[in-house]
Amino acid sequence: MKIAVCIKQVPDSWAEKKMLGGVLDRASVDAVLNDLDEYAVEEALRIVEASSPTKEAGEGSGHTITLISMGPERATEAIRKALSMGADEAIHISDEALAGSDALATSLVLSKVIADGGFDLVLCGTESTDARMSVIPAMLAQRLGWAQLTFAGSVKVDPGDSKVSIARSTEFGIENMEASFPALISVIEKINEPRYPSFKGIMAAKKKTITTKLLSDIGLSGDLVGNKAAWSTVKDALPRPARTTGVKVEDGGNGGGELVDFLLEKRVI
Amino acid sequence: MSEVLILVDAVDGKVAKSTGELATYAKAIGKVNAVLFDEALVPQLSAYAIDNVIICKGIDVTKFSPAPIAQSLAQIAKSKSAAAVLITSSAKGKEIAGRLAVITESGIITDASAIDSELITTQLVFGGSTTVHAAVTHGISIVTLRSNSIEPLAGSATPTTEEFVPKISDLAKLAVVTSTEPAAKGGRPELTEASIVISGGRGTNGDFKPVEAFADILGAAVGASRAATDAGWYPHTHQVGQTGKTVSPQLYVACGISGAIQHRAGMQTSKMIVAINKDAEAPIFELADYGVIGDLFNVLPQATAAIAAKRA
Ligand SMILES: Cc1cc2nc3c(=O)[nH]c(=O)nc-3n(C[C@H](O)[C@H](O)[C@H](O)COP(=O)(O)OP(=O)(O)OC[C@H]3O[C@@H](n4cnc5c(N)ncnc54)[C@H](O)[C@@H]3O)c2cc1C
Repeated sequence: MKIAVCIKQVPDSWAEKKMLGGVLDRASVDAVLNDLDEYAVEEALRIVEASSPTKEAGEGSGHTITLISMGPERATEAIRKALSMGADEAIHISDEALAGSDALATSLVLSKVIADGGFDLVLCGTESTDARMSVIPAMLAQRLGWAQLTFAGSVKVDPGDSKVSIARSTEFGIENMEASFPALISVIEKINEPRYPSFKGIMAAKKKTITTKLLSDIGLSGDLVGNKAAWSTVKDALPRPARTTGVKVEDGGNGGGELVDFLLEKRVI
Repeated sequence: MSEVLILVDAVDGKVAKSTGELATYAKAIGKVNAVLFDEALVPQLSAYAIDNVIICKGIDVTKFSPAPIAQSLAQIAKSKSAAAVLITSSAKGKEIAGRLAVITESGIITDASAIDSELITTQLVFGGSTTVHAAVTHGISIVTLRSNSIEPLAGSATPTTEEFVPKISDLAKLAVVTSTEPAAKGGRPELTEASIVISGGRGTNGDFKPVEAFADILGAAVGASRAATDAGWYPHTHQVGQTGKTVSPQLYVACGISGAIQHRAGMQTSKMIVAINKDAEAPIFELADYGVIGDLFNVLPQATAAIAAKRA
């Protein structure tokens, strides 16, 4: 099987974020691998381990895991982390023209790389912790014309039959779904516990190949991406007044009663 | 007048209140066309400000992923030259919107808390600390709206109806639903629609009874932190937070929840926040309008009893 995992480097969720000229100021905060993507990398590793004769990912497994990431130069840090978990190689699309791309442009670029790669399965996290739109997996499936198996709480792959089934976790319960290869899968954070890179993994990752591509290398024009080509625009971004500091009271024995008095006084109940 | 499409949302054969909210926003923009796939829901739509109902026929959307819904909306939007398509900001709603944006080559804005007559959206970002106004600049305005953001206008007349038979491609049917396991549901309101949400976390130690009793006396929905859903104490469908649901009720009560950033992401735009926590230093208190430093097993039953006493 040829498996790809789409990963993104994002600002650390704990860092304070601010806007700069209508877009998120990414340079001012620490960057990390989007933690929801770690579950996708882990699941790809488990899929390979389950169907490899050596029960291990990597050379000799007969399968490959390719990371695909679009982002500035320093996204290599996130890529190295996912490589050290055990993925085999990476494609990094990095081009100045991409700055400020919206979800439509991002999905266009990723779908081009995926279509050229001849993959059987592509895994994603459900969203990135910075943009939080949660639309890329569905957009990719639409652009590629592939089966969409998203919000998977479990994934079962049958490489012999080129089939994959998932339990899709929805707001109303679970939908069991299946499709034939190629399929686009997104996984929820309940699916597994991502491994920590081992020392051996970190050393091995240093020797793995990261192929850097410009837009011209994937045959896309710079006019289709970036801030100027975005199909939505921010008119203004204004700080809201901070939440007024509330009251904090120690329960001195009647904490529940006092709480109810407060709620009644504020007319919320 | 501009034509606007809204996608009807329903749970267990009942049209969701979020549909009424979409209609209310759409009404300010133009003619409100409600699109649905289940004809049985039509009579319920008179409750909201809907001008016309478009019934999609010939496709069982429950058997597939969001693809056929997006394809149908794209065809209807084209035939109506719609200016905007409004969809509820649920996980599935956003998937449909994403696909629709690709098909119709249109811009998309998700998780808006309002859209005005000029199609300008409002979003609260960075944990509610920043208000962003934005607009789609290409194609149809495809916008997903958070529920519980506006009081739905009541309908004044029975909407007209029309039928539409979408052409669904084989590519939209590649992923097939083989079976479903509906979430066990109690008699409580839907989490994203409730005006009061009472949530329990690790501090409940697996005993949600005091949380549920307080919720029931207030007619509230019950939520949970990831610690509680991971432990299997409460179903995942009740998880509030980044990888759960986003709620924005009038009142949110966090019981035995520390207030991790991923939990806050799902509740920090609530109008009023109350925290009950044993640890005076718990970060949830930074958000709380009213915080009780105390044991939830004392505070909640006492509060429940106090309300019962006031009503007696
Ligand atoms: C990728 C990712 C996604 C995540 N998504 C989510 C999400 O969607 N939603 C979510 O909630 N979390 C999410 N998390 C987890 C989040 O980081 C926290 O681990 C989680 O929210 C903690 O839950 P908690 O507050 O219930 O537990 P804890 O952090 O353990 O807090 C328990 C609190 O209960 C208090 N307490 C204990 N006993 C009592 C008592 N008797 N009375 C009163 N107070 C008591 C303690 O003082 C403590 O503050 C995510 C994490 C990751 C990495």
